[in-house]
Amino acid sequence: MEPFEAVVQRHGPMVLRVCRAVLGPGAAADDAWSDTFLSALRAYPALRPGSNVEAWLVTIAHRKAIDVVRAESRRAVPTADLPELPSKDGLPGGWDTALWTALKALPPKQRATVAYHYLAGLPYADVAAIVGGSPAAARRAAADGIAALRKTYPGTEDREER
Amino acid sequence: MTSAMTSRRTPARTDLFAGLPEIDEAVQRQLHARLVADASAAGILDVAYRTVDSPLGPLLLAATEQGLLRVAYAREDHDQVLAQLASSVSARVLRAPARTDLAARELEEYFAGQRTAFDLPLDLRLSTGFRRTVLVHLADIAYGTTASYAAVAGAAGNPGAVRAVGTACATNPLPVVLPCHRVIRSDGSVGQYVGGVDAKRTLLSLESAA
Repeated sequence: MEPFEAVVQRHGPMVLRVCRAVLGPGAAADDAWSDTFLSALRAYPALRPGSNVEAWLVTIAHRKAIDVVRAESRRAVPTADLPELPSKDGLPGGWDTALWTALKALPPKQRATVAYHYLAGLPYADVAAIVGGSPAAARRAAADGIAALRKTYPGTEDREER
Repeated sequence: MTSAMTSRRTPARTDLFAGLPEIDEAVQRQLHARLVADASAAGILDVAYRTVDSPLGPLLLAATEQGLLRVAYAREDHDQVLAQLASSVSARVLRAPARTDLAARELEEYFAGQRTAFDLPLDLRLSTGFRRTVLVHLADIAYGTTASYAAVAGAAGNPGAVRAVGTACATNPLPVVLPCHRVIRSDGSVGQYVGGVDAKRTLLSLESAA
């Protein structure tokens, strides 16, 4: 089993991209990342040799993202006038707000399947195991998500010409 | 289904995310520091490590909650040393400098000729049995002096175990801190060293000059 530091170095950026795609680039994504790796560190010695570490991490991140959303909605109810604080990190350098806005408009399942398949690189069998349902349903949800993103998120066609 | 269809698919590519930036280093450092702090507070940072520069090249320092566990020269291959620690002590290994701050400071003072003994909590779990007895006795060889492998064998209670003393020194998990470099051959020649013979000579001349 390799040192956990190597897992953080190799997969930390991928997990952060997934957390940001699901929760938006900000404190909530940072919280989900931190909770994910703390849980992963705790469970790491018991991880079976040969396990798919990416799928394992995204599975944890999926649960942590749900926890973060639940905690936020609980907090959000009674307070009408909490100021919208910017993330302490600022908007992560160059993170495309237009892309996040487009992702945010997707139904949660489409957003999650797009993130886990296209950003984490997981096959649909793993994506389905995480979000529930069949691999075929996960594939459809991701395809629908991508189609919706192509409509709402501009500029991908132009890039090649520059 | 054909085997081609059941084989693991590589994810389809899309140009949609091509513009996403790499996660910048400042954010990663911040999140890593937070993980280290959370893990430490939760008591699950089993092995914390860092590297420090020294006149003998970069040294790896690794510590458990009990104390300094390992000092390693670059020639031992730091990645391999960490892999060994992950399998023999715990895979919960993180780069986390704070726990080895005291060790780093004392080593710096030692290399500057300002420190003749280390005063640190040590974790000797990597060494057992007679080897461990030998390591404990190394601290009795005063700074700036040397002892023969035979003399150390005698001090460790087994005068015939000269070769075993050599093995204990060669496998010393805490070189420099536990001064196996002060153990030399009976004929006065320097003998082997885990950090290389040149490193041993450097340490001995540092100590004789101070």
